[in-house]
Amino acid sequence: MKKTDLLITTILIAAAIILTSVLATATVGATGGATGAEQSPTPAGKAVARGKYLVDIMGCHDCHTPWKMGPKGPEMDMSRALTGHPEDLAMPPAPALPPGPWIGAVGATMTAWAGPWGVSYTMNLTPDKETGLGDWTLEQFVATMKTGRDRGKGRPLLPPMPYFNLGKLSDEDIASVFAYLQSLPPTRNRVPQPIDPPEGR
Amino acid sequence: MTSNWLFAGALVALMGATGLSQTGTLAPVAPRLLSQTGLYAGEGARVVDVRNRPFAPQYPLWSDGAGKTRWLQLPPGATIDVTNPDRWNFPVGTRFWKEFAFDGHKVETRFLWKVSERDWVFASYAWNDEQNDAVLVPEAGQSDVAEIVPGKRHSIPSVTECRSCHDSARTEILGFSALQLSDDRDPNALHAETLTPEMVTLRTLADERLISPKRVEFVSSPPRIEAATPVARAALGYLSTNCGSCHNRESSLASLGLLLKHSVADARSAGPSVDGAAECSPALATTINRKGHWLVPADPEQSRLINPGKPEMSSLIQRIRSRRPSSQMPPIGTVVQDRAAVDLLTEWVASNAGELKRCAGASAGALAGSH
Repeated sequence: MKKTDLLITTILIAAAIILTSVLATATVGATGGATGAEQSPTPAGKAVARGKYLVDIMGCHDCHTPWKMGPKGPEMDMSRALTGHPEDLAMPPAPALPPGPWIGAVGATMTAWAGPWGVSYTMNLTPDKETGLGDWTLEQFVATMKTGRDRGKGRPLLPPMPYFNLGKLSDEDIASVFAYLQSLPPTRNRVPQPIDPPEGR
Repeated sequence: MTSNWLFAGALVALMGATGLSQTGTLAPVAPRLLSQTGLYAGEGARVVDVRNRPFAPQYPLWSDGAGKTRWLQLPPGATIDVTNPDRWNFPVGTRFWKEFAFDGHKVETRFLWKVSERDWVFASYAWNDEQNDAVLVPEAGQSDVAEIVPGKRHSIPSVTECRSCHDSARTEILGFSALQLSDDRDPNALHAETLTPEMVTLRTLADERLISPKRVEFVSSPPRIEAATPVARAALGYLSTNCGSCHNRESSLASLGLLLKHSVADARSAGPSVDGAAECSPALATTINRKGHWLVPADPEQSRLINPGKPEMSSLIQRIRSRRPSSQMPPIGTVVQDRAAVDLLTEWVASNAGELKRCAGASAGALAGSH
């Protein structure tokens, strides 16, 4: 092949790639990102997609989605994704630990945690008005992550919630997480209040 | 080199009262010693400058029984803008101090200094053992600085914690407001300090033209909490100070729908005791027979923020009684239960069930005027 032929062929291939790319983008735009929020071109859609990405990689599901026993061992019950400790699962008193280095216990759902702080139950993060984040504002959510206090002013968050890590996210990333959580279907699930440790501990 | 060193020296001197802001400009910062803040006259921290005016709010915040002394300094010729009677706007340069002491031993002094139309400097100073000056505490605060009761120690709050109470919509001086300085003082207010002649009140501010615009009603009919009984008045005053700094309609917590701060504007728009409207202030309308997020563990079904006649089923009282981290209210600034407050609120809820039930289901919005 002559040099000029090679050049023309290369240009044609490049043009075809660019055209295909443009058409694909136009198709996604015309359908409004029908394949999911991750491809939505709108700022809100981008925030939701970014929030989902962060929630997935930061381990939010680890504690806020109940685990169940599956055929290959424990697995997350994604039918209850991010709904927190199941309301219908009343936990018995936490086991008393012998003196020594063991510090706590965790329920099989990974949503109930016992230790020197008492017993904590992971929160329903779906936007249910009464039992989840439905009546929370973005300002309250950001303040909670930054201060480690409920809505930024209330009781301290309890272990194992790693707010001290999440609080180092940028405000924009925290807003994206909030946007994603608010985009979930609201699920009514009233998580129990935390239980204080016995007096004197 | 000589010129460089001279420049550095000049900069260090300037940084005694300023610091680099986030935008890179020089912004005022708190000085290292309390004696450098303008509270005292002459050397050291012994004699308060006469320009600094003492005051005492009629409903003080519970601070574990600390003895508190407060002062205000306004810039010469400046006035406080009281256009919004519930949100006073202080002139740039205003300074406030609040000294905390336990058993007569000074522990800390907090300092608020308005340095621009938008910014206040928040600082706390820890007193030294000699009690002759106090040193600036890091922004993160300082834990366990003094024993209050056996096993309980006072901590100096972080700046973030300070702002969580003082920054509702904009920085607010919680103890210096129309209700707190009213000359119609509540004789049953808990933990109130004795009012002395040199203390600033609403009348003082009006007489000395330190507020603008002129508000004759501040003197002719000073603000007071209209309530069915003296006990109710004192109870609502306590809640206004100790809970209302967070639970008000301008706070980031407004979405909770719990409005415990007494509003002078609301009281005037509601009018005096029209068909019992005064008794159904927002504080009552948003609490009586309403379920909160936190439920009394002993009987969640009966739990209400205020359950008329049943203080033990009133989560508001149980949280004020608690000093357990998951349930105590207020959540910061106190480690010792306010027994007098628990007794007052218990008496109020137990003995005024009939009056309180009249407010069940009342609309706070309608009663609160046009807000």
